[in-house]
Amino acid sequence: MKVSVDEDKCCGAGSCVLAAPDVFDQRDEDGVVVLLDPEPAEHLHAAVREAADVCPAAAILLGDRA
Amino acid sequence: MALGDTDHVLDYPIPSPAALEPPAEWAELRQGCPVAHVRLPSGDRASLLTRYDDVKQVLADPRFTRNLDAPDAARIAANESGGVFNSGLGNALPEEYHQQWRRMVGKWFTAKRMTALRPGIEAMAEHLVDEMVAGGAPADLKAALGFPLPVWVICDMLGVPESDRDKFAYWSNTLLSLTRYTQAEIDAAQAEFAAYMSAHIAATRANPGDDLISELITAAVDAGHVMPAEALLATSQGLLVAGHETTANMIGKMVGMLLSDRTRWEALLADPTLVRTAVEEALRADANPGFGIPRYITEDAEIGGTVIPRGTTVVCNLAAANRDEDVFADAAELDLARTPNTHLAFGAGAHSCLGQSLARTELQAVLDVLLRRLPTLELAVPAAELERVDGLVVGGLQELPVRW
Repeated sequence: MKVSVDEDKCCGAGSCVLAAPDVFDQRDEDGVVVLLDPEPAEHLHAAVREAADVCPAAAILLGDRA
Repeated sequence: MALGDTDHVLDYPIPSPAALEPPAEWAELRQGCPVAHVRLPSGDRASLLTRYDDVKQVLADPRFTRNLDAPDAARIAANESGGVFNSGLGNALPEEYHQQWRRMVGKWFTAKRMTALRPGIEAMAEHLVDEMVAGGAPADLKAALGFPLPVWVICDMLGVPESDRDKFAYWSNTLLSLTRYTQAEIDAAQAEFAAYMSAHIAATRANPGDDLISELITAAVDAGHVMPAEALLATSQGLLVAGHETTANMIGKMVGMLLSDRTRWEALLADPTLVRTAVEEALRADANPGFGIPRYITEDAEIGGTVIPRGTTVVCNLAAANRDEDVFADAAELDLARTPNTHLAFGAGAHSCLGQSLARTELQAVLDVLLRRLPTLELAVPAAELERVDGLVVGGLQELPVRW
């Protein structure tokens, strides 16, 4: 799994951090998403998928490793 | 007359037969009439959206604006000015500055900060539960816990004394009026609120603290400009209204939903790790969140195969969308473990709720504390006897009588 985020779209809701705190954080200055781990380990995949699904701005993109 | 008939105009909000249940019309509209003609409390007409995909699309589409102060936009509330949505409050900042403002305020509401606030919020909840228990059963959980907790949190954040919370509750109610207050009452209350907050803002400028207002003032000074008093006033007004009534009512509705079928409460007692997903499910299943979100279009736009003409005011019914069977399996059922739960209770897109991490934290904290402290909690009246609050933009229960 390869994760990317679109900072321009991000609305700082923080729902990704609540769903997958090992993979997402927010910048202290403005609450914009920080991607901690673009290739998270297998056991985090379900939480990352949930974070992408619930993002109100659709700012999290998931792709295959390729 | 059938609901699908285009000449048929429904009165909106649509009354519901029971406090925690949705009106039957929502499912009929989703199936047969996804763009429905409705008459608002003001008497003006609007188009009502009830399908998940349509609502989500409109909320994220900048053509559907928040400019409900446009001359031909529908007024929402029954009073002259049309209420909070028509006041221009939502548009105190032009769209191009909105993101900048949002990020400035947003740093206060990051998930990390909210998680750091959680022990303090739990301590507040414990304190309020102690007081409720000391008063003896039965008690009204809404008055004892649901209302005071979020006001306490938001007053802390704005740096205003919590002892003024009754005033805030009244000001906030008048601002959220659909039919309850007259224009004169609303104007008087808003003038009082503006005077109170303006004095608070001036005092904060002179003597900054560690609250949000101080932070906004300081951040603007650091950036070489002065944060206009109107922007600060609009910010505090927005936070008061958004951070107060919504969560306060949601606490009562959430606990009401969980106790109305006590097997839900027991499932949470057996496995408290369900609290996070249970909160999301309560947000999704809330059949009484209030008015919904209005938008106004300045050009023709197509939604769900229907062309909506420019000049139309569209109302997004978030709660109807959250019960769309095409998106949520067994949408009418409460599944405390539902994952992912892509509900629209906080809206969607660039304007989705800024305070959603705070709301989630408060709801989770309250539920954790109640499960821990009052495992025997139950409704003190049959669920069918619970009554809704009427006449306000935000929906809730009049009371939530409980015993333990």
